[in-house]
This record gives sequence, C-alpha cells and structure tokens, in this order.
Amino acid sequence: MSAKTRLPVGLEAIQHKGWINAHRFLLLRRLSQAFFLLLFLLGPWFGIWWVVGTLAGSRTFEVLPLTDPLVLAQSIVAGHLPEVTALIGAVIVLAVYAVIGGRVYCSWVCPINPITDAAHWLHERLGLQKGWQPKRMTRFWILGTVLLVSAITGTVAWELINPITMLHRGLIFGMGFVWALVVAIFLFDLVVSRRGWCSHICPVGAFYSLVGTKSVLRVSAVNRVDCDDCMDCYAVCPENHVISPALKGKDGETPLILSPDCTNCGRCIDVCSVDVFAFTHRYDNRAKKTVSTAVDAATEQAA
Amino acid sequence: MSATGKPRSVDRRRFLMDTARMAGGCAVAGTLLAYLARDARALPAEALRPPGALPESDFLSACIRCGLCVRDCPYDTLKLAELGEDGPATGTPYFTARTVPCEMCDDIPCVEACPTGALDPGLKNIDDARMGTAVLVDQENCLNFLGLRCDVCYRVCPVIDEAITLEPSHNTRSGHHAIFSPTVHADHCTGCGVCERSCVLPDAAIKVLPTRLARGSSAEHYLKGWEEKERKGAPVVEGIIDLPDRMPEMPGVGSEVPAFEPAFKLPGGGQ
Repeated sequence: MSAKTRLPVGLEAIQHKGWINAHRFLLLRRLSQAFFLLLFLLGPWFGIWWVVGTLAGSRTFEVLPLTDPLVLAQSIVAGHLPEVTALIGAVIVLAVYAVIGGRVYCSWVCPINPITDAAHWLHERLGLQKGWQPKRMTRFWILGTVLLVSAITGTVAWELINPITMLHRGLIFGMGFVWALVVAIFLFDLVVSRRGWCSHICPVGAFYSLVGTKSVLRVSAVNRVDCDDCMDCYAVCPENHVISPALKGKDGETPLILSPDCTNCGRCIDVCSVDVFAFTHRYDNRAKKTVSTAVDAATEQAA
Repeated sequence: MSATGKPRSVDRRRFLMDTARMAGGCAVAGTLLAYLARDARALPAEALRPPGALPESDFLSACIRCGLCVRDCPYDTLKLAELGEDGPATGTPYFTARTVPCEMCDDIPCVEACPTGALDPGLKNIDDARMGTAVLVDQENCLNFLGLRCDVCYRVCPVIDEAITLEPSHNTRSGHHAIFSPTVHADHCTGCGVCERSCVLPDAAIKVLPTRLARGSSAEHYLKGWEEKERKGAPVVEGIIDLPDRMPEMPGVGSEVPAFEPAFKLPGGGQ
C-alpha cells in the first residue's frame, strides 16, 4: 500500500488535472440523468411533447417506441402476449444497451442513482460502517424471484414496488407516497447497507448487467503500469470488484474491465491522477508496457 | 467431510449453505411480493378502467404502467393510480365517472396509444366499449322516481334511447301523474359515466359500477317463451294443451267424483 492511499480520495487527481477534469464523467453523468428526466418532463411542465410516457414505456416524436424490457418480460411470463409496438420498443432498448453496456442504464439514466449516490456520499462523510453486504448473486436471485412471482400471480410484480419507475412516474404524473419509498432507499443505503440498493439488491440492475454481458463499450486500465496504488478508483467504484482483474492483471491478461457489473460510470477515469483508465471498445486489448516519464517525475517529486 | 480427514467438501457445503439462504430469503421476499400482487387485484368499485381494457386479471399482466393512454386522452379523463393514494394497482390507468367521465371519442386515442394491448386494439367502435354498467342505485332520491321530469341522465347519455330509456308508469302517490323511470339497458351501456357525472343530486343516484357488481346473469338453459314465440312466429307448442284431470281415487266410489256440495248455504243465497 503506498503512502498515497492515505490521501483523501480524488485529491491528487484534482491537483494534477484540475477540478473539472477530475469530475468530468461525474458531471456528464449528472447532466445525462437530468437530461433524460427533463425529456420526460418537457411535456407536463412546458407542454413540449417530444417524449410521452415514462421509463416503463414511451413514445418519442410520435414514432419511436421504447419499452423497458424487464417490465415487458414480466408481462410475458405473467401470460400476456404484448402488441408489436411494445416488442419493438423493448428490442430497441435491448440492442442499445447490449452495445453500450447494460448498466449504463443504472449510472447514466436511472433516477434512483442520484439518490443512492447521495446516500453513499453522506455515508462516507459520516464514516459509517459498511453494514450488511449481501452476496454478489443476491440481485440475480431477486431477479429470478420477481419473474417467478410475476408468473405465479399473473401480474407485473416488480412494478408494485419498483422505486425506479415509481419515482419516474411520480415526477411526471404525481407522487403519491413515492417519496416515502425514496426516503426508505436513501436510509437503507445510508445506515443499513453501504451501496446496498444499486450494487446488491436491485433486480433491474441485475437484468441490465445480463443485457450488457458482451457490450462493446468498456473501460480499460490501459495505462495500468502507471498505477501508483492510491486506491482511489476502488474507493469511488460502486462495483469495485470489477477493477482488480483489469488493473492488477499480469502481462498478457486483458486490461479491459469485462465484468458486466461495471456500470460504465467513468468515475475511475475521473479520479485517477495518472490516467490509468480510459473508455474503449471490448476488442481493444492494448496495454501500455512502460511507465510514463511524467509519472516517474511525479513519483520522484513525491518521494 | 470424509473419514480420511481431508475437508474436501467445504466449498460444496458453503455453496449449499449460501444457496439455501438465498432461496429462503427469496421465498420470504417473493411471498410478500405475491401478497402485494394479490392485494393489487382488488379494484375499487368507483375506479373504472379505460375503454377496451382487458378483464382485470389479464389487464394486470398486460399493463406496463407507461401512462401513454393518460397522455393521449383529450379530456384528461384518465389518471394513473398514485402509490398509497388511489385504489387501483399503482401506476395503472383508471377514471372516476363522477369526476371526469369518458367522452367516448370516435377514434379511441387511449386504445390507439397502448403499446402492449392491455387496452384491446380490437375495439374499433367506441359503442362496443364496456367500461362498466350504469345502475340507478337510489330510486328513493332519484327525482324522476319522485315524479319530477329531471331526465338529465337520460338526455346526456351518448347512447340515448338505447342505453337509457324513460319508462312511464302510473304515479300512485299523486294518483293522476306519470313517473318516467330512467331505465338502463346493459346491452347498450358502455359505462362511460356521463350519466353519473351529470346527476343533479349531491350524490349521484345513478352510478357506473364494474359490470361484475352491476349485473346478475341468466342461467344458460333459460328460455323466454315470448322470445321463442317471436322467433318461431307461432306458439311454441301447437294446439291447446289439455292435460288430463286426475283426482284421487276414493274408497267405495272408485274414480267417480261426487258432485260438489257446499258445507253450508248462506240464507237467501239459493239460486
């Protein structure tokens, strides 16, 4: 463990790259989350009906149908054969996320993400225990349970509690008691289980990780030889088990982060002061072999 | 663990343990979810589904709660149920007739908007929609039943003279007026709720109820003689049926019946 491990997370990156560059993807991600929410709110707030509907199902510019494939999958196992419009919408969504990474939905679109991120931020500020950490397979079990319950009860079961579509629908159509659900998730992530909801429980995330198993867009630890073991990437990553195989891989092992759990949030790219990580495609196996001179200099300086 | 002392099955044991715990946890969570799902099926009587909605159990498997039908309803009739505030399953579309009834658009935009078929695209004529059935639930307060000519529900009905008619009858209270009873004919009623919305009373005397609550049903084998007669164009059974008279046999008399003798005769009652 290097001495840099003890520095505050992200401090070096800010010093080296400036605050904006050290928060580039975080800012882009917040913009993206706001953008997708705003698209749906343009209609009800400003009467501009470019996008109609919710994340469960929508219609853009009167022609493009989009459907949440997990919601539709539940509907199908519940015994309903949907109309073609919904099927086309689901296929489009599946195709896009299969290419850009299923869990891009989690980090760039999902309206619950800012809430669990806020809970995590506060969790770190308060220095709380990580609490209950369910096993990695838990969310897949829950996904299976959700589909099973849908099949048995003949209903779209997860939609009865899905905080994502409920919050989204709440913002667009009317909240009801959805705020209580949102508070519950915030508190769950804050005091019960660190990164509990998005990284351990949510079956929607589990579903999208399956969708993105072979996704083309990937983060690569392309400059892993430069890594100075500051551990900041592990500290910011919501699924930090995905980093080690790429970052600590031996020569000849791929520097690509190939785990479908990776949400392609890009926070590791932001927070790395020596720019180990970069977005690339899954066929780009290049890894730099020699340490950058700039890094050498910086290390010597630090020493 | 084998007797040779090598703990060869620790992984397997852990795997089985983890699997059992997961399965147990999921069974508990799944049961709770199933309970919620069962609960969600109870649609309150005053909540009506949009035109073309599949029967409730099918509807709940088909509706993805996207809200497109709500957006395309030009009269803001439809609403999405809000968590904990409205009765129907959260996020599903419904309307309350007394608040905003269905205006029965000819092009049925809500059905057109539905991407999944939860609102049946086979519904082409809005008059075929069956969102519920109007029932005159309170004859004691209905002004027409009190002998007035309110007639509002009858006049506003989009299927006037078919879904609601006024049936005249004698007003026995005044003795010389008529009562025009608004009468719903369920075969034509779409359940749009315009009658309920328009009822002038503080609480509507005519209400649209889900058909399961509004109606009984006739047994399959029942035939209505007058309908059969009309279909045949002649009496169902030809000729006069004259069943043989049978009297109990009396001892000593045989089947001969003695002439009727009154037990007593009124004075002066003779013929």
